[in-house]
Amino acid sequence: MRVSKRATSAIALSAAAALVATGCSSGDGDGDAAASKDGAITVHGVQPENPLVPSNTTETGGGKVVDWLWTGLVEYPNDGGAPRNALAESIDTKDSKVFTIKIKKGTKFHDGTEVKSKNFVDAWNWAAYSPNGAQNGSFFADIQGFDQTYTSDPDGPDGPQKAPAPKADKLSGLKVVDEQTFEVTLAAPTAVFPTKLGYSAFMPLPDVFFTQKPEEFGKKPIGNGPVKFVSWEDNVVIKLTRFDDYNLRDKMKIKDVDVKLYQDETAAYADLLANNLDFMEVVPTSALAGDKWKADLGDRGLSTVTPSTALISFPIYDKRFQNPKLRRAISLAINRQDISDKIFFGTRKPADSWANPLTPGAKPGNCTACKFDVATAKTLLAEAGGFTGEMVFYYNADSSHKGWMDAVAQQVKTNLGINARAEGVPTFAVFRQAVNAHTMKGPYRAAWQQDYPDVENWVNPLYVTGGSSNDGLYSNPEVDALAKQASSAPSLEASHEAFSKAVEKVDQDVPSIPIYFYGQQSGHSEKIKKLELNNVGEVDITSVEL
Amino acid sequence: MGRYLLRRLLQLVPVFIGTTFLIYWLVWAVPGDPFAGKCGERRCPDQYIAFMTEKYHLDQNVFVQYGNYMKNLLQGDFGQTFSQRDIGDIIATAYPNTLKLALVALVIEAVIGLGAGVLTGLRRNGFLDNLVLISTLFLIALPVFVVGFVLQWLLGVQWQIIKPTVSSEMRWSELIVPGFVLGSASVAYIARVARTSIAENRRADYVRTAIAKGLPMRRVVGVHLLRNSLIPVVTLLGTDLGALMGGAIVTEGIFGINGIGRAVYRAIVTKESATVVGIVVVLVLVYLVMNLVVDLLYAALDPRIRYE
Repeated sequence: MRVSKRATSAIALSAAAALVATGCSSGDGDGDAAASKDGAITVHGVQPENPLVPSNTTETGGGKVVDWLWTGLVEYPNDGGAPRNALAESIDTKDSKVFTIKIKKGTKFHDGTEVKSKNFVDAWNWAAYSPNGAQNGSFFADIQGFDQTYTSDPDGPDGPQKAPAPKADKLSGLKVVDEQTFEVTLAAPTAVFPTKLGYSAFMPLPDVFFTQKPEEFGKKPIGNGPVKFVSWEDNVVIKLTRFDDYNLRDKMKIKDVDVKLYQDETAAYADLLANNLDFMEVVPTSALAGDKWKADLGDRGLSTVTPSTALISFPIYDKRFQNPKLRRAISLAINRQDISDKIFFGTRKPADSWANPLTPGAKPGNCTACKFDVATAKTLLAEAGGFTGEMVFYYNADSSHKGWMDAVAQQVKTNLGINARAEGVPTFAVFRQAVNAHTMKGPYRAAWQQDYPDVENWVNPLYVTGGSSNDGLYSNPEVDALAKQASSAPSLEASHEAFSKAVEKVDQDVPSIPIYFYGQQSGHSEKIKKLELNNVGEVDITSVEL
Repeated sequence: MGRYLLRRLLQLVPVFIGTTFLIYWLVWAVPGDPFAGKCGERRCPDQYIAFMTEKYHLDQNVFVQYGNYMKNLLQGDFGQTFSQRDIGDIIATAYPNTLKLALVALVIEAVIGLGAGVLTGLRRNGFLDNLVLISTLFLIALPVFVVGFVLQWLLGVQWQIIKPTVSSEMRWSELIVPGFVLGSASVAYIARVARTSIAENRRADYVRTAIAKGLPMRRVVGVHLLRNSLIPVVTLLGTDLGALMGGAIVTEGIFGINGIGRAVYRAIVTKESATVVGIVVVLVLVYLVMNLVVDLLYAALDPRIRYE
């Protein structure tokens, strides 16, 4: 999942369908075609952490640019609905285990070579081969033969032993049929597999990638999307321009896009106010206080809800937090509405379900532990035998979490009489180090933004034993069994139905507590007459009109 | 003079090694695993961490790491960041920007500070003197980020006289406001030091002699008085160049300038010893050289000072 270090700036999706920026001179909100044709915009960005290789990009700074430079097999509609085919002509399966994928003929990479099925197969094999160290390597775990290409270090990266060399360098489940067709065999039936194909890990790579060092490629990436790469000046700007040979649905209406790389979001905000910057995804937290951003931006401001949730996770490896009654009591003692109103001025919505309600397959309002019910909370706490000692809520202090974490701790203290307080850990890195090492000594802040729009992504990584982000080491065999059954269901509908049963079990155990659903406040310049946000709240540059 | 210069240059060597090692070790000792926060809310795959650890020799102890680093540095190789960018490139793009900004600040500082200092030093206790005293006090009391944000908001957002941030071309004209912000506190100090120095020398015997000789006032002040009063001011200005470059981090952040302050900050947060040391090495050199230049300027300003 892509949550930037700041974790406040990540996030997003416009459920409110296409957002049309109003308040422009033309009454119908449509742009001027002539002005758009050769138009250029400057959008806010941050220096990518890594060279721009899709399967090695996990943070928002680079992820945004990768999303623009590439078009995948499927795309996620801006309104957050079910994915639809983009580069894929068809994705067929009978049993959710063997998929035959046909790609559209005649689409090109930015270097002029045609996108063929082997570009997918080679790219996926590269990422799934563990010595290449791709950050998104584990996304290929569904595919048959992954255990042969991706080996783990038996004693972790810090131990003296090294990971054994993989037995194979290609996934046995991938087979090129002809230039436009390839066949994917999964290790087990997975209904959600086609949905995943829009995530950046699954992008095709041109032949030239395999002839050079990945970091060299990543400094001058060649994709197949609506814009192509022009130049990248570190910490200053990434320049992109329209790819004129692009022949899929989402063609660019404007010509040039400069991604200006800011260090400081208040500097970007000042530029936005002065019309020196055309789009800023997330206005700084300081501008939210007292609705300052509304006064500053007027109708240049946009407010959307996003499919991301802020949670507080329990370190279930700590004996004191192993009683589900205690965890439920804490959850019930938190007045989420109050936090939403007073700390976030209504820009965040109080959480009432386990998966974000904007996600396909998610059931709204299914978190019974998310109510505010002090009486029940007190009874449950008494049944759990109370809590002795100090309960410290941890957060990373290099981002704006102090306000709401303090409020949570204070509410637990007032409503339950537990000696609770919130404590900031200096940086995100130090914070995550403790979380990863399972040494947290109290409940801690977490956030989750989906990798791909499906409820599966809100259960398997978070609540299944050994899940990639199950940092609290929650484990319930019943949840595991139900999730496994749901993942291998023959259809998405059946899968969603089964996942909702798994979520009911999770709701009984309260391994973490959802606090609020993210919202996103963005702003654009007077120059932009029309724009849409994509399913993760980034500007859809192909929709921009001037 | 030649021997003095040689001795001073040789002294640079141990200072250089000492500072670089200290900084390397300090950044190495900063808590936090460089890859703990690199993959968002999900821990990085072990395969990725193993790959990076091996590539950057992070499993070695700090002395070996430093030794490797110095060996490469002496061959002109600054190494790579964890995002696999050449540190040499970062330094080559960031330094000219910061140097430009610091020079603008220095010029503003020298012109305003010295001008105000001379004027008030000659006419002490007048209206102008009091005005400068109060306004410099005001500037000293204001933190740089307050001056920066206020000017950015007022000139950039409200009145739109300037662009709120500096463009990537870094034109000199765009640097005037950031330069003023960066140099604002120093302006005040320069003005005060110059004022005191001028006021003191105003009563010196040689000034009285010059006036008695019937020299025009312009010549008395411009040649005799100013030259002798400049020593403390030059000391301040010289060491200030280094301080301005190192201290530009706040100003660079406010005005979005891609300079060394930003680069160092990023590198410290991500625990990239090599980047921090690479940038600071050059900064250390700037300090050392500026100190030397200041010392040599003393001799030029005051013939009584001689170096053996």
